[in-house]
Amino acid sequence: MAGLLLPAAASLTPAAAALPFREVAEGIFVRFGLHEEVTAENCGAIANVGFIVGAESVAVVDTGTTRQQGEALREAVAAVTDRPISHVVATHVHFDHCFGHSAFADLPVRFVGHRNLPRALAERADFYTKLLSETCPGFAGTVVVPPNETVDDVTEVDLGGRPLRLQAWPTAHTNTDLTVFDARTGTLWAGDLIFDGRLPTLDGSLLGWLQVLDGLLTADVRRVIPGHGAVSDGRAAVAAERRYLEALRDGVRQALADDLDIPATLARLGKEDLQQWQVVENVHGRNIVSAYTELEWE
Amino acid sequence: MISAQRIASPFAALRLAAAATLLLAALLAVSPGPARAEGSAWDDIRQQLFGSEREILPAEGVIALEAPYRALDAATVPITVTARIPQTEARYIRSLTLVVDDNPAPIVGTFHFSPANGIASISTRVRVNAYTNIRAIAETNDGKLHMAAAYVKAAGGCSAPASGDQELALARIGQMRLKQLGSWRQNEVSEAQFMVSHPNYSGFQQDQVSQLWIPAHYVRRIELTLGGREILSFDGDISISENPSFRFFVKPQGSELLRARVVDSEDKVFEQSWPVEVEPSS
Repeated sequence: MAGLLLPAAASLTPAAAALPFREVAEGIFVRFGLHEEVTAENCGAIANVGFIVGAESVAVVDTGTTRQQGEALREAVAAVTDRPISHVVATHVHFDHCFGHSAFADLPVRFVGHRNLPRALAERADFYTKLLSETCPGFAGTVVVPPNETVDDVTEVDLGGRPLRLQAWPTAHTNTDLTVFDARTGTLWAGDLIFDGRLPTLDGSLLGWLQVLDGLLTADVRRVIPGHGAVSDGRAAVAAERRYLEALRDGVRQALADDLDIPATLARLGKEDLQQWQVVENVHGRNIVSAYTELEWE
Repeated sequence: MISAQRIASPFAALRLAAAATLLLAALLAVSPGPARAEGSAWDDIRQQLFGSEREILPAEGVIALEAPYRALDAATVPITVTARIPQTEARYIRSLTLVVDDNPAPIVGTFHFSPANGIASISTRVRVNAYTNIRAIAETNDGKLHMAAAYVKAAGGCSAPASGDQELALARIGQMRLKQLGSWRQNEVSEAQFMVSHPNYSGFQQDQVSQLWIPAHYVRRIELTLGGREILSFDGDISISENPSFRFFVKPQGSELLRARVVDSEDKVFEQSWPVEVEPSS
């Protein structure tokens, strides 16, 4: 359960940016996001972010929603090692994963993202910025940093005796999903291709996501860091996510076969039992609409 | 024909993120309500559409407008306008204009009907960019205007990404589907759904982040005929959701051919036709 890894909520509210980092595998540190909506208090510190330490340099993977959260990450790196940060990776376009990049903009680092990330950021940055500025005071000073290096398919990054495999996926959770695999510990940093505990949000392709899940957990993956939730071997998390996405697919396909329109589909599928998931409010309905507009073109 | 016109620059920087929408949806309650007091946006739009002289009557007895209880996805807000009068040669709804007051391009578009529809009801999906009135204005064949309105809270629809997968959207551009809803009977009012795959990009300004420029690219006209009779046409703009979809009614005269012709803002023309299946009248 994701909750077991999370400190009590009461202790978090004063400064979400100061959520602790934990070493989840040798040289891999994660700040776990809260299973909450974005609020003025948490300022979008809802996703897992962190870094991987190699013999020569450090790769940061996702940076949170604000410059402040990125700075906390940078301080956490400095507390662990003197080695320089060489890479700052964005697992996808969503602000809770990559809007803390600006805390690293003064460093000579490679900002790495999916080949679709520049365009996706261009389309969304202004909207996200406006939204977050209105929502949380802690967003002040945050600017969007696009990648200066993009991944078409697969690329390798070496932190010094620590090769990382960066893989850009076809459209799934979003059209910008990128994973980081650390061969040394068999750890897959999955980004939001894997949600654990928090209800998955569909912002790319339902069918694409199910296909990606088929190939995500290769035999060499022994540990998974999901975009949201707890570290595990990933098998149960992916199985639960798959069950949700398949039920969504099947329900929407049936609604389409029955000639239901969007409001009728929401009425039919909106009441499903989602007790095992957190932060369900509005997300499930939005997923239904997203699935409907995708599957009506099957 | 009323050309949809931009009041402001097209959805500057637009196309917001679906995920943002959902994160937002929790923050910003989305709910329907009675239309709010008239504001200056509507005054300008009204002037542009109808001039200042024409009287606009209440919609009661002519049309009713349905907006969702909660617009979960601001980029895909389902709207239904139900006609309260049948389409007869003596009296019928000639056109129906949809307006979203506070969108950057507030005039969603205009549907043109004829007595051949049987009933001039229509369902479609629009983008909603703000807390705003949504309006449907029907013009009956006597030249009178009848308006229904609803207040909807949503945010960011015009900024919503047209698609999670732009490559797919472009590969599929211009593909169309026709669905006969229920069984169709000769000379009886029958329901259809027409869909055309098109990203309907609202466009955005050159962006400092990427230096990218994506111009608006949208469906501006759709013409549907059945057995050669004009049954529905639409002049539209960027406030219609991606992959425009309409549910409408028609009275088939037999197993005729339904033809669609779609023109987009780059003057690309897409055409397709389908033989419709019709059972004998009951």
